[in-house]
Amino acid sequence: MRRIRWNTPLVTALTGLGLITLLGIVAPFLAEEEATALSGAARAHASSEHWLGTDALGRDVLARTLVATRLTLEMTLAATAIAAVTGILLGAGVWVSGRRVRELGLRLIDVMISYPALILALVIATVLGTGPTASVLAIGLGGAPAFARLTANMAASVAQRDFVTQARLMGVPPYRVLVRHLLPNVAGPLLVLLSVAFANVLVALSGLSFLGVGVQTPDYDWGSLLNSGLASLHTNPAEAIGPAVAITVTGVLAGFVGDGLAAALDPRAGRAKVAAARPVVTAPSHRAPGEALVTVDGLAVVLPDGTRLVDDVSFHVMPGEIVGLVGESGSGKSLTAMSVARLLPEGLAAHAAELTLDDLDLAAPGTDPKRLATEIGVVFQDPSSSFNPALRMSGQLSETLRVHQGVRGAEADRRAIEALERVRIKEPARVMKQYPHELSGGMRQRAMIASALLPGPRLIVADEPTTALDVTVQAEVLDVLKDINRRRGTSVLLISHDIGVVGTVCHRIVVMYAGRVVEELSAADLRAGRVRHPYTRALLAASPRLRDTGTGDRAPLATIPGRPPAPAARPSGCAFAARCPVVLDTICATERPRLIDDVACHAVRQEVQAE
Amino acid sequence: MAATTARRTTAETGWSTPLGPWGTLLVRRLAGLIAVAITLVAGTFLMVQLIPGDPARVVAGAEATPVDVERARHDLGLDQPLLTRFGTYTGGLLRGHMGTSFQTQEPVAEIIGDRLPFTTEIALLSVLVVLVLAVPIGLAVAARGSRRTDGSFTFVTGTVGATPEYIIGTLLVLGFAIELGWLPAAGAETVSSMVLPVAALVLPATCVMARIVRREAEHVLAQDYMRTARGRRLPPLRLYARHALPNLLTATLTLGGLILAGLLGGTVVVESVFAWPGIGQRVVEALLVRDYPVIQGCVLILGLLAALLNLLVDVVLALLDPRTLAGKGGH
Amino acid sequence: MISSPHKLAVEELTVAFGHGRRARTVLRGVSTGVRAGQTLGLVGESGSGKSTIAKAIVGVHPARAGRILLDGEDLTGLRRRELGAVRRRVQLVSQDPYASLNPCMTAGEAIAEAVDPVRADARKHAVTVERWLETVALDGSAAGRYPHEFSGGQRQRIAVARALAVGPEVLVADEITSALDASVQAEVLNLLEELRRSLTLTMVFISHDLAVVRHVSDEVAVLCQGELVEQGPVRDVYRSPRHPYTRRLLASVPTFDKKEEAA
Repeated sequence: MRRIRWNTPLVTALTGLGLITLLGIVAPFLAEEEATALSGAARAHASSEHWLGTDALGRDVLARTLVATRLTLEMTLAATAIAAVTGILLGAGVWVSGRRVRELGLRLIDVMISYPALILALVIATVLGTGPTASVLAIGLGGAPAFARLTANMAASVAQRDFVTQARLMGVPPYRVLVRHLLPNVAGPLLVLLSVAFANVLVALSGLSFLGVGVQTPDYDWGSLLNSGLASLHTNPAEAIGPAVAITVTGVLAGFVGDGLAAALDPRAGRAKVAAARPVVTAPSHRAPGEALVTVDGLAVVLPDGTRLVDDVSFHVMPGEIVGLVGESGSGKSLTAMSVARLLPEGLAAHAAELTLDDLDLAAPGTDPKRLATEIGVVFQDPSSSFNPALRMSGQLSETLRVHQGVRGAEADRRAIEALERVRIKEPARVMKQYPHELSGGMRQRAMIASALLPGPRLIVADEPTTALDVTVQAEVLDVLKDINRRRGTSVLLISHDIGVVGTVCHRIVVMYAGRVVEELSAADLRAGRVRHPYTRALLAASPRLRDTGTGDRAPLATIPGRPPAPAARPSGCAFAARCPVVLDTICATERPRLIDDVACHAVRQEVQAE
Repeated sequence: MAATTARRTTAETGWSTPLGPWGTLLVRRLAGLIAVAITLVAGTFLMVQLIPGDPARVVAGAEATPVDVERARHDLGLDQPLLTRFGTYTGGLLRGHMGTSFQTQEPVAEIIGDRLPFTTEIALLSVLVVLVLAVPIGLAVAARGSRRTDGSFTFVTGTVGATPEYIIGTLLVLGFAIELGWLPAAGAETVSSMVLPVAALVLPATCVMARIVRREAEHVLAQDYMRTARGRRLPPLRLYARHALPNLLTATLTLGGLILAGLLGGTVVVESVFAWPGIGQRVVEALLVRDYPVIQGCVLILGLLAALLNLLVDVVLALLDPRTLAGKGGH
Repeated sequence: MISSPHKLAVEELTVAFGHGRRARTVLRGVSTGVRAGQTLGLVGESGSGKSTIAKAIVGVHPARAGRILLDGEDLTGLRRRELGAVRRRVQLVSQDPYASLNPCMTAGEAIAEAVDPVRADARKHAVTVERWLETVALDGSAAGRYPHEFSGGQRQRIAVARALAVGPEVLVADEITSALDASVQAEVLNLLEELRRSLTLTMVFISHDLAVVRHVSDEVAVLCQGELVEQGPVRDVYRSPRHPYTRRLLASVPTFDKKEEAA
């Protein structure tokens, strides 16, 4: 188990439970006498002498509530232990047995779990009669299926993980696989369930006593105290309040321990601290030609703490042009594209000197949703998750038409079928009636393009549209994109990590590194290897080729030493300086290279000036 | 790898059964229901057989003469072999005979007939109210949650959700019946009698459910298809109601079905608090005086109700999510 | 026992999942092999069964029919105990470096387990562990860190180090670079090539990326929907593919290696 990250709720709740346990140990020694002494004043109201009044026999309610802590906790712990041990053994047993037994066992556990535990407890109480032992057994066994299911499911899911397979291949004995690989990874969730079960068991046990079938006089726990309290609710309400508060507080604390543990074990926990974002002001560079369709000037994408994930990015897309944004993971290419599509994830803010689609301001708040929806079409990376699985294709494809352009049912359907035909989907009418999961990956991505095309957008933003697809399907989808661009003159902003993809599809390519643009070049230049920035050069050299390159087949590929800087640690100078083969001592580390003549590199600049 | 799964699902939706996906689902679920019913019948039968000591003596009472005990033994059929007794029990059930109460000599079937409507009434009403309250609350917190609302939501639902129904019930009686006198504390004379029992059932269940909905909604809202829907710049109502809700409900019901079934357990206790004349109250009464035929009958019916509720959840799930139909039995 | 030129070979291998009506044959009578010290590249698209071959070779998926031969010895007929000894001679490195390392074990413990599967004492084998970490160009201090503290490429290198620490004769690499960036992929590929030379490893390299396979392999086998459609020396297959599927596959790769700017 990974180390637990302590958090305030967890510590508070654990401390509270600790105090209650201490009370359970100590109280019987201190208050036993007072709890059984008959004061003579039956059902007296709360007073300074009896803080919670007295019960029907004139005994002090507070003292009885405190003394009852021990029996209640003992029973709860015993029942929780029974539930956990029985359940875990059962679950492990089901998991290790053969396929048929396992399936039957799992189904049985499912049925048992969906059966109210309290009713199950009543059945067991019928058999065993009333009393604390019967209650503990009943509630304990009633809670076992939850543990059984979690154990069986967790064990099954962990056992399928690659690292367990690896351990087996290395010849690790089964017992060691269990102890070293399975148990530590199951322990966390089981611990959470344990605290949740403790709370549930407490509530159920007290419930049985409350109903009068649990602890019997002269013994008493919180539940039976509550039972007698209910009878005198009209005369001394405080008598019910005492045990009610005790049960609730203990149960709630145990629940919070569960919450806290779950949070502490969650590797995704630990949110970044939120600081006020500094407004980012960049002077406009006015590099883009006036007739550009998309103009991005000085774009920064900023985290709430001020970290710039994308830093001063400028480029443009002409009408009818396909522009590729290429870079490795973390280069900021997707965030740049999502800023253009105005679909940044929550918590990220885009600032720019200019971010426009023709006359539409993409950075201003409250941009007309109708224009956004109809003028920009977006194609996402993973076609298997980008359609809503619960809705038929027909409802999703033409939604923009119907919501924003007022096109009605049959007409919208007709146009959707047309669009599907355009992206070469066979039997479009049938596809319309299907759900996304009934289509293949390539079909879904073509349908996604059709959906993006339907409102007649001026720009398509395609974010890694073929990364999840097979190479033959990729070729078909890229063909469709090129075809649309050629026939309808729709501009495309294509994001890819694959330099081959952008090189074959795009007219112009923008290369990004560590949140900045390092180079802009034409596809012809890229294809001919006429690249100038040392990073772009290194990237090309690192990619294995499909055909002979004359360097000898098994020659090592060029590598780039080191890693890109994290956005928060981006140096003030060139972000690539630390890894650059042609770095200049004088300037690279200190001064940021500007994008001049389509390349942002001091060394290239110097060379050009020298010539 | 996504493409692999896609191919597999397309292949599997070609249904080879003559029943079609719905038929297969219903047949499978009904078979499950019958299996549960058989288990319940066997369970309730064995329950009485397993009672330690001599049930005849227990039934005849503490001051019974040996003759009385023998008569009780004969009445219970305890002088017959086990399998014969099971046959008699099952045969009786099939003809609607569930035995007679030791205590009141009423036929158990009649008792249940009188009591069942009361229990189903508050149970179903509670299920509805829980869903109607919890889903919008959870969704709203997930969609618009700031850190402050998040904290108070977690605290309130954590506290109320962990408070048992009988304590909430007791507090409600104290507040609304005794102190304020607005609502009746017990009985089932007027419609207003129903308010407090339902509230006692609904409050904790809603909190637990709202937390589940919140967690699932956060998951659903982070899905790629929600980003696609945002890309269509839909109005918020359409975004949440049409795109998030169906997926949210499937996820929620899968987990929340347990809570809904758990409500049945809650009714047993709540009925006792409010003297609500349902099955739950009657079974507790019977338990205290060891009136076995009544316990048997009530537990059987409550079990069947729980199974029916689960079946209902499954059918709703299949209606909401087409993948459940195709996916069942797949790898 | 028939003598075979191959270090590792599969003969008429058939693998199917499920039973009865739901049975799905994933591999149909595939035969291929790799000579000692060479690398066999397996290419194919999703659903071609290339990962299934990897898992069948190491014994994760049982073979429905056919034989898997290591040095001419059939592994499919072996009993569990005999298999245990053989298994360590063939090791698998799988695609996802996030799933293949136990999140609860440090890199050092993971490698120590490969050296000594019973004890897995990282301290006792500290020297060996450090040597393997250095082999894959990681710092010795990495031994004390948990998987989540590493980047994807570093994790993949730890996975390679762990597989090599077993001392295998054959390494099966299943899509080990597909989750990595181009520059990191180059590092891992170079490392594999170096290790193959220095340790005379026999390798089966599985990938959907034709350029990568070409770079690392001596021979290549093309799979399509569970069947082997073409096999031969890398140079021949890439230069003059005979099967139409191979041709289509090669034509689909977006590349500009052939002087396209002339066109």
